[in-house]
Amino acid sequence: MNVLGFSKVVFGLAAMLFLLAPLAAILPLAFTDSVFLNYPIASYSTRWFNELVTADVWRRSIINSLIIGFGTTVLATVLGTLAALGLRRQEASWLFAFARTAFLLPMVVPAVVLGVGLQLMFARYNLANSYLGVIIAHTVIAVPFVVINVSAVLQAIEPRLEQAAASLGAAPPTVLARVTLPLAAPGIISGAVFAFATSLDEVVLTLFVAGPNQRTLARQMFSSIRENISPSIAAAALIFILGTIAAATVLNVLRRYRKPARAVS
Amino acid sequence: MSRRRRLPVSLALIAPLGLFLLIFFAAPLYTMMSAAVSDPIASRALPGVGSALASWDGSAAPGPDAQAVFARDIRSIEDDQLFGDLVRRLNSAKPGFRTLMSKTRTALREDLKANDLVAIDERWSDPAYWQAVKTATASTFTDRNLLAAVDLERSPAGDIQAMPAGISANRTTLARTFVVSLLVTIACLLIGFPYAMIAASVEGWKRQLLLGAVLLPLWTSLLVRTAAWFILLQDNGLINSALMALGLSSGPVPLIFNRTGVVIAMTHVLLPFMVLPIFSVLIGIPKNLMPAAASLGAAPIRAFWKVLLPLSMRGVVSGSLLVFMSALGYYITPALIGGAQDQMISSVIAYYATGAANWAMAGALGIVLLAATIILYTLYLRLASDQQVQP
Repeated sequence: MNVLGFSKVVFGLAAMLFLLAPLAAILPLAFTDSVFLNYPIASYSTRWFNELVTADVWRRSIINSLIIGFGTTVLATVLGTLAALGLRRQEASWLFAFARTAFLLPMVVPAVVLGVGLQLMFARYNLANSYLGVIIAHTVIAVPFVVINVSAVLQAIEPRLEQAAASLGAAPPTVLARVTLPLAAPGIISGAVFAFATSLDEVVLTLFVAGPNQRTLARQMFSSIRENISPSIAAAALIFILGTIAAATVLNVLRRYRKPARAVS
Repeated sequence: MSRRRRLPVSLALIAPLGLFLLIFFAAPLYTMMSAAVSDPIASRALPGVGSALASWDGSAAPGPDAQAVFARDIRSIEDDQLFGDLVRRLNSAKPGFRTLMSKTRTALREDLKANDLVAIDERWSDPAYWQAVKTATASTFTDRNLLAAVDLERSPAGDIQAMPAGISANRTTLARTFVVSLLVTIACLLIGFPYAMIAASVEGWKRQLLLGAVLLPLWTSLLVRTAAWFILLQDNGLINSALMALGLSSGPVPLIFNRTGVVIAMTHVLLPFMVLPIFSVLIGIPKNLMPAAASLGAAPIRAFWKVLLPLSMRGVVSGSLLVFMSALGYYITPALIGGAQDQMISSVIAYYATGAANWAMAGALGIVLLAATIILYTLYLRLASDQQVQP
């Protein structure tokens, strides 16, 4: 192996270590028996998982995350899917081009800036410290992911399938329900998964608009790292990473389903 | 369906999201910006004073007519909350109003005929106080907060000038935000560019592995990654234990609650945004260009400078803009890994909004951050659309 090839291997491995080592380092600590979040691990136990499900703050925060994540997923998926259907085949119109750009802007605007504005506005309309308020705030930043995912899958649908259905006498709502939406389902589901993941991981907006009763898991992790770091963080992180792997698996399976669906057509 | 018949349907489909984002995205941003520039308190509390002082030249205390209007307006303030807000507003423009205003109000209420303010308090003969009243009542808008966001203020005569040193640290925070973002962008570029080159030069499982190593952190919760760095970087963490075990350092190297830790953790978080755009440009470059350059006699480094780098510039610039833009608005990582001296503009905005309840200043700094982000995003979009036109 020449010098260039050797340095390529070394650099690639070093960079991969930098990328992956932090994730690998945090996981074993979820099973430590000690109260310190540190190595070496003297003995193993599942006490920190017990803590997560029995300690009131952690249990409530997990339940809150599920409620808010579910609400966000439903709201973002409905709004985003409708919008993606509306944006479809309207590329020529400046109005729709503008809408497409505007719908993606929430991904760009710094969360702190949006947080200040939402806090001011929610205080005025009595939405501060409410579940609905947090769900709305999370939906604002989750909805671009649904628009992107559903638009991508709609673009891949063969237009002749819908034309064929229409020429056989199906009314436009029937075409939508029986042809378009079933074909778009993988994109809609991956959009929903992204929306749920976004809500689950959101901290900054939650800090601004949620009250103590809407403390989510991510918010609880944030204050726990800040105030009293304990291995329960690592246990929560393990749950997060397992959730990530599950979501990635779902998305991969969907991606595989998408191809045969087109091959049959 | 023809395009013409589709249009109403399409509009009806995008309307719900359009309305939702108008109400819960555009309106909050507007509310934040207007909180920064609106200044309605003095005009509301003293409705007649604005026009009474409009023609005043500012050289000496205004005439008895204007003073009578001022006295009348003060007497008619029933709401103590409003009076308190007014005093706070005037006191922030010129210290001394707090005692002056309560003394004046008490005196005016005791003697309903008294209109000579100078007789109540000597300070009313000082034009500087009247100047503050005039500025506050002249308009319901103010540029005070926007100027304060970059450590500027207006002199009594109305000229823009720098604030005295030591009063405000916003420029320092802005400069620090810029420096940290730049350091993170450079670190991402130094790691990300060679990494993308390696990933583009191999194939099969090796490429999958290299890309997977980038995607897995990208999918992992930001909090998990920040917590992981917290564990690695602490004084008795893995990195320090390793350094001491190898004999490279006798005591723990301070890595957490300082700039080094923030840059390391943010580089890790943002690295995927650098690797992926560069990689997608690199795989589009024909494989035979570098051998061609070599066969024409270019040394590898020269071939890299003259051929590969210019061709991949678009990916480099996109990635850098994306990383820099995201870094500017970062909150969580500096808040958890950084010390008090590493807080970026987002932390200051959060402090003003949730700690100090000063929404005007939070809004003004928010405008600065928003403007910077939008400019960078526009550049990024322009670059991305160029890419589609000329593949």
